[in-house]
Amino acid sequence: MTTEQIIFLIVAGATLAAGLLVVTSRNLIHAALWLVATLFGVAILYTLLNAGFIAVVQVVVYIGAIAILFIFAVMLTRKDMRDSGPQHNKTWWLGALVSLLTFGGLFAVLGQWSGLAKTGAELPAGFDSVAALGEALTSANGYVLPFEVASVLLLAAMVGAVYLAFNKK
Amino acid sequence: MIPLSWYLLFSAALFSIGLFGVLSRRNAVAILLGVELMLNAINVNLVAFWRYGDIAVMAGQVFAIIVFAVAAAEVSVGLALVISVYRRRNTVIAEDLDLLKW
Amino acid sequence: MATENLIWLLPLPPLLAFFLIVLFTNKNKALSHSVAIGAAFLSWLGSMIVFIRAVGVEHFGEHPFASSINWLPTGDNWFKLGVLIDPLSAAVLFFVAWTVLMIFLYSVGYHNFGQPAGDHDHKGLPPHGATLHGHSVPSIEPMYSRFFAFIGLFAFGMYTLVVSDNLLTLYVGWEIMGLCSYLLIGFWFAKPSARNAAIKAFMTTRLGDVFMLLGIAFLYSSTGTLTYREIFTESTLHALATIPSGVFGLSAAGLIALFLFIGTVGKSAQFPLHVWLPDAMEGPTPVSAMIHAATMVSAGVYAVIRMFPLYSLDAKTMTIVAFIGAFTAIFAATIAVAQNDIKRVLAFSTISQLGYMIAAIGMGAYIAAVFHLITHAFFKALLFLGSGSVIHGMEHGVYHTGNHHLDPQDMFNMGGLRKKMPITFWTFLIGGFALSGFPIITAGFWSKDEILADAFANGHMAIFITLALAAFLTAFYTMRQITLTFLGEPRTEEAKHAHETNWTMTTPLVILSVFAIGYGWVGIPEHFPLLGGLIPNWFHEFVGGTLAEHPETLPFNVVPLLTSLVVALGGLGLGWYIYRDVKTAEQDKLQFALLKNKYYFDEIYDYLFIQPSIWFSEVFVSKWMDKGVIDGILHLFGPATGGIGASIRNYFDVPFINQFLGDGSANSVYWIGKNLRPIQTGRIQQYLLLSLVVFSVVGGLIYILLLA
Repeated sequence: MTTEQIIFLIVAGATLAAGLLVVTSRNLIHAALWLVATLFGVAILYTLLNAGFIAVVQVVVYIGAIAILFIFAVMLTRKDMRDSGPQHNKTWWLGALVSLLTFGGLFAVLGQWSGLAKTGAELPAGFDSVAALGEALTSANGYVLPFEVASVLLLAAMVGAVYLAFNKK
Repeated sequence: MIPLSWYLLFSAALFSIGLFGVLSRRNAVAILLGVELMLNAINVNLVAFWRYGDIAVMAGQVFAIIVFAVAAAEVSVGLALVISVYRRRNTVIAEDLDLLKW
Repeated sequence: MATENLIWLLPLPPLLAFFLIVLFTNKNKALSHSVAIGAAFLSWLGSMIVFIRAVGVEHFGEHPFASSINWLPTGDNWFKLGVLIDPLSAAVLFFVAWTVLMIFLYSVGYHNFGQPAGDHDHKGLPPHGATLHGHSVPSIEPMYSRFFAFIGLFAFGMYTLVVSDNLLTLYVGWEIMGLCSYLLIGFWFAKPSARNAAIKAFMTTRLGDVFMLLGIAFLYSSTGTLTYREIFTESTLHALATIPSGVFGLSAAGLIALFLFIGTVGKSAQFPLHVWLPDAMEGPTPVSAMIHAATMVSAGVYAVIRMFPLYSLDAKTMTIVAFIGAFTAIFAATIAVAQNDIKRVLAFSTISQLGYMIAAIGMGAYIAAVFHLITHAFFKALLFLGSGSVIHGMEHGVYHTGNHHLDPQDMFNMGGLRKKMPITFWTFLIGGFALSGFPIITAGFWSKDEILADAFANGHMAIFITLALAAFLTAFYTMRQITLTFLGEPRTEEAKHAHETNWTMTTPLVILSVFAIGYGWVGIPEHFPLLGGLIPNWFHEFVGGTLAEHPETLPFNVVPLLTSLVVALGGLGLGWYIYRDVKTAEQDKLQFALLKNKYYFDEIYDYLFIQPSIWFSEVFVSKWMDKGVIDGILHLFGPATGGIGASIRNYFDVPFINQFLGDGSANSVYWIGKNLRPIQTGRIQQYLLLSLVVFSVVGGLIYILLLA
């Protein structure tokens, strides 16, 4: 076991544990906070994957904006300070079964794939992944169009969100 | 070196957990939490494949960026909807919102 | 025109008249009777031409006028139909033509042509009279044209019978006349008595006809032919005489002859099938004259005479024939003595005289039988037409007094009519004397005398005495009839007001009386004292030629002559003597119930035959078999089918088709829909869950079945 692998295992385990707590917490604020933890774990994994930019974006966007948004939403939709009633619906067992099946299916499909035991290639020296990403995102024969469309999408989402949640009083 | 399979398994597990959350939580916001987990799992998958494939091809990361954008848009709109529904119906329990039928 | 072709045409004019009247001229009375009388005249003319030519041929019996055609192919050869005029049929044709024409003419006046239509006349009832200038007068018969059509058809039948050369067309003519007899007796069909009489006549003669047909069939199967001249060959007759028939020990010839004779017994009203003829007087008088005196009943005798060569082969059959003839003669004569209706007396007289003829042929007196046949036709037709004239005269009286309850046919209501109806009186007297056999000047004397002479000469004493007694009774009741009707003083108001009928009715009377007087003189026997030999016995020569062996002339014997003189004059005198003082029916001492009721034969036959048949048809066949058995079976079909239908409906249609298939499919769709609807909860979490479950199941199946 290399150091990397140990780190990976710890981080992945913690992330998965946090993820489980997200979906099983009774208290929604707790769930949201556990979501933050999960996201943080994922960011560390990005770092392990030499995708530093993605890791930072993860922290800034997901944790900094989305998780906060969640917390706001939870607070705005509480009838009282306590969460009443069970958190799971009546057919949660079926959901558990389905998710286990999904995992099992994915596991089985992955088992068939030959390239599974691939190990990562060495990064070439002097490779700047951020610059490459920036270039890919903005070059004409890259992905500038999806990039621009994504920004339009965000605009639309913003307008939409504001309109939907606008309190007309 | 970490084999690719580890990342993929991790991503599969996180995805399943998120799916469980979507399918079994009562609170609408909690369902959206599950969706976030699923999206994150996908992102991990994408970046892992970029890293363990051709590093020069940035498609994996670009895709992940786009997913970020989409996730953000979706969360904002979704939560705006939940709040709007809460104001109207005074409930956030998904079971009570059953008008999408005959 | 060749005589043979003319003979073929003789029956046709009356048939054409029948069709023309029925189809076209029915509404026009004058046109109808003109067509009918024109047709009768044409046939009469043709018959006279044929007769004159026939008389002119030497040895006519050996060269008769004959013509035949191949009609029906029968294996190797043909069944032929044809016409034959030999001496016998020439003589018969003569009187048939004259009597038919006279009766057609008479019918015009009898049915009151020229009179107005009646006040309350109905088709089917005798005319009741019309009112003209306040007086009640006779009215014209409503069914005038129909009458002429029917007698036209009848004349066709008689001519066919006379000219035919074989038993088949003879039988055809026989049956046509039977039909017309039925139609004409029941002419006034609204009267129940007329209807019953028509049925009685038809049924009784039918009985005879069945046996006749059996005889014809037997003859055909024995000899293969029905043509007279082919049957009367030596070899055929010999064969028939020697083959035994197995019945009553008769030879084939005897049995055939017996069967044919039964037909004659029916048709000519001999005992025991005589019961229909008195009732047949229900028809109009021309019908009674023509059918039941002159022609149809004569046809029966003609048939026997024609088949004489066959009859003479078997002595037993001849004995039966002679016996029935003689018995009928005396039997009917006794009944006639007690009858009060003018037509009934004549009816029984006819039966009696036919018995004479049959007795004559039964004894083998061929020429005598033919002679009496012809003379009887003339004077009996004369008498009937005369009685019709009398009845018409009485009806004039009835219209005058208005007393419609008086029976114009009852002789005891008449009297003194000689002053009121002179022509009728003198012609009736001539006819009556002819019937009685008044010597020398009437034809009846000559023919009756010949029969008695023949009986005496051949030693048939029993028949001789019987016929003599019958002749006495005949003269007696005839004079009774004349005395009561014409002599003395009128006994009722109606008789006082009778008057003579018009020329269409009196002319035939006069013409027929000429024949009634004169026809006898053509047959005066050669050896008759004084008169014999003055005029040759043409009749004997001519008609005798019909037979293969010419009958020999009888030697003269004074006994039969004296006997017939005594019975004729004695009967006439006694009748006049007794009845000149009798005024009412109560004073008539001879009204014995037995005689008046015709020896109760009608009642006997009713008890023995009619009631059992009625029982059989009404109870056995109609009630038990038809309504009980057949309808019972049919009535099973209805409920059975209903039951089948109901069970199909209840056990198949309703539960299976209606409920299971029809309602069931609807209900199952409803049930499926009702039970599937809750899947749409509107909760998107559940939608997602469900879709993932299905996806995983399907995916697993595909993976397992296809990819693994």
